[in-house]
Amino acid sequence: MIPAGQDATEKKKSGFFSRLKNAVAKTRDVLNTPVEEIFTLKKAIDKSTLESLEMALLGADIGPATTSHLIEKIRDQASRQGLKDAAEVKSLIRNELLKVVRGETAHPVSLTQKPHVIIIVGVNGVGKTTTIGKLANQFRRDGRSVKICAADTFRAAAVEQLEIWGQRAGVEIVRQKHGADPSAVLFDALKASKAAHTDVVIVDTAGRLHTKHNLMQELEKMRRIAAREVEGAPHEVLLVIDAVTGQNGVQQAREFTKSAGVTGIVLTKLDGTAKGGVVVAIAKELNIPIQFVGVGEKIDDLIPFDAEEFVDSLFE
Amino acid sequence: MFDNLTEKFQRTFKTLRGEAKLTENNIDFAMHEIRVALLEADVNFKVVKEFIDRVRTKCLGAEVMTALSPAQQVIAFVRDELIATLGDKEARIVYSKNPPSVFLIVGLQGSGKTTSTGKLAGWLMKNGHRPLLLSVDVYRPAAREQLAVVARDVNAKLYPGEGVNEPLKLAKAALREASLTGYDVLLVDTAGRLHVDEALMQELSMLKRELNPSEILFVADAMTGQDAVKSAAEFHELLGISGVLLTKLDGDARGGAALSIRAVTGQPIKFVGVGEKLDALEQFYPDRMVSRLLGMGDVLSLIEKAQETFDLKQAERLQEKLRKDEFSLADFRDQIQQMRKMGPLDKILGMLPQIGPMKDLKKANLDERELVRTEAIINSMTERERNHHQIINGQRRKRIARGSGTTVNQVNQVLKQYAQMRKMMKSVSGGLMGGKIPRNLSQFLPKN
Ligand SMILES: Nc1nc2c(ncn2[C@@H]2O[C@H](COP(=O)(O)OP(=O)(O)O)[C@@H](O)[C@H]2O)c(=O)[nH]1
Ligand SMILES: [Mg+2]
Repeated sequence: MIPAGQDATEKKKSGFFSRLKNAVAKTRDVLNTPVEEIFTLKKAIDKSTLESLEMALLGADIGPATTSHLIEKIRDQASRQGLKDAAEVKSLIRNELLKVVRGETAHPVSLTQKPHVIIIVGVNGVGKTTTIGKLANQFRRDGRSVKICAADTFRAAAVEQLEIWGQRAGVEIVRQKHGADPSAVLFDALKASKAAHTDVVIVDTAGRLHTKHNLMQELEKMRRIAAREVEGAPHEVLLVIDAVTGQNGVQQAREFTKSAGVTGIVLTKLDGTAKGGVVVAIAKELNIPIQFVGVGEKIDDLIPFDAEEFVDSLFE
Repeated sequence: MFDNLTEKFQRTFKTLRGEAKLTENNIDFAMHEIRVALLEADVNFKVVKEFIDRVRTKCLGAEVMTALSPAQQVIAFVRDELIATLGDKEARIVYSKNPPSVFLIVGLQGSGKTTSTGKLAGWLMKNGHRPLLLSVDVYRPAAREQLAVVARDVNAKLYPGEGVNEPLKLAKAALREASLTGYDVLLVDTAGRLHVDEALMQELSMLKRELNPSEILFVADAMTGQDAVKSAAEFHELLGISGVLLTKLDGDARGGAALSIRAVTGQPIKFVGVGEKLDALEQFYPDRMVSRLLGMGDVLSLIEKAQETFDLKQAERLQEKLRKDEFSLADFRDQIQQMRKMGPLDKILGMLPQIGPMKDLKKANLDERELVRTEAIINSMTERERNHHQIINGQRRKRIARGSGTTVNQVNQVLKQYAQMRKMMKSVSGGLMGGKIPRNLSQFLPKN
């Protein structure tokens, strides 16, 4: 997707990680890990260097499998070509991580192929609706016409929540009554968008656990409806992952990819102290690019993913 | 990842089983596997380390117990220690001496506070209380509307507080309302917030001071990873939480956060949320959590239940029949009866590890009524039909349908299920009830 609101975002970007750092510094150190020390000291690599590195990776939710894979790589390199000091370890691990995670602006919004259909999926409470409000606002600010499809017809007051975001973003919502078939709402939204030559349709879906077979099938059906109504749709399917998510995130990504054909990830709530490292494990296994990060509850708190800054933040 | 773990555990303990007693070597090996299992389950790495240290010490100091194999011994230590950490008895809910009691529901954004508040209201009502609900989430769009809908759905009274947009004012007014009108519990749903958000955390402090709650429940998502220790510790330090409500346990997250939160706050898990429906709230049982953490579904409780209900001899006979391909419709009926004795089917299936054919079993959408119908259909067959399913032709199907008050279609369905069951059970050479599970896992059971 073309990074909507590019310039506004540029300004924010530098602000984000410093803000993040401030937030973290403010936390009273509940369980403080002196991770930074491993990299600042110009000392030789020993067992404890690798141990603290391992703790940093585990503590960031990268998971035991990916962590031990990375640690093995370092150990291997250290013994083969002899890594001199902690600084070398850092650059090595940084490169390894950067090979795995990539930020990508995957599918450019086509101006000829209208509407560009984006479906937002994820488990309950990760920030789908909020992300849609933010995204819609960016597209609209970029001069695109946008409709939001309220296909979460399940959760209490979900549509009302979306309505408010629609007003904030100045974007029209296509809705039906509570309990309606999500695919029917989608059909309506696509029909209305075709008639109005709308550029972008963003589809909100009800949060669902990836283990609920029938709910996952519902997503498959929505995909089919989209494909039938608009050529090439859905053009994007974004999986929203909450930064506090642990290893279950990998399973979420697997299942949503299977049913919904995920094309990209939005990592939300990075304004807390959680690092969101599970996306490393996800990217490693499924090779899905991370497109945006959510850094707050306000409408501007969505910025393009920056792999380097993300990787550096894992060690802070 | 999930599938491997159960297998890895079984392999580990198979290896250990060969050895006569616990040695430093095999303890190291077992500790390594358990460490990975707990990390995979999202238990915080520091909590894991302390936990492993404790278990290792116990293992090293263990007397040789001839009654247990080394694997059983290690499992027993791990299990005991996990239960000791999680709390070995059901936690009690605290009410204040002078009603109304106030329960303050707090937690991060999206953890499931509002739904849980509705569930708690339902639970309280079922236990003879009259709760009044209040949302002080004046920030998230439509948050108060959401609680209003949830309250209506469980037939609980909501304090609307229309026109008031200040949490503290709302709280005071609702408390007054509750006292005046005889509601004995005021449930206060608060806005989700990050523990680093000082202003909003202060707001909670103030609410606490004003309301003097008897319960401050920290709502945490079962999918939470390493960060659980930080958020829980911050909320606890500021507010002194009295318990934890762990949500979304109906998914396949292992829920290591439960252990982490318990370890850093010392507060018990009081409730678990197990579905989106408003009655999907249960009290917390540490022993069930233990096997879940270790990635074995609820195999341990399943075994206990199975032991109560199953005749091992019969299971062995069944295994034999399967091997000889003699699994008849009568056996099929026996199986169904056994299953029904064990309790609600989806619960039992939920306890199984999500591996191999078991995964498909869960998707098979079996439900209780269907079991009853199936039994009726098999009851309407003749002995010969039950032993030789091949002879059940169209004519016979019609008769069976009439006899059981069902349709030919439903009879066909049962025969198809029977065929599938045969196939499935053969493929796992034993399957759910066929003796394979007790045999494989007998190493986890005390020898008697
Ligand atoms: N701090 C923070 N909160 C967020 C972020 N994104 C969403 N939220 C909050 O998370 C909660 C759940 O969000 P919602 O959009 O309703 O999630 P959904 O159920 O996936 O649609 C709400 O309280 C949001 O305000 C974020 O990036 N940072
Ligand atoms: Mg939503």
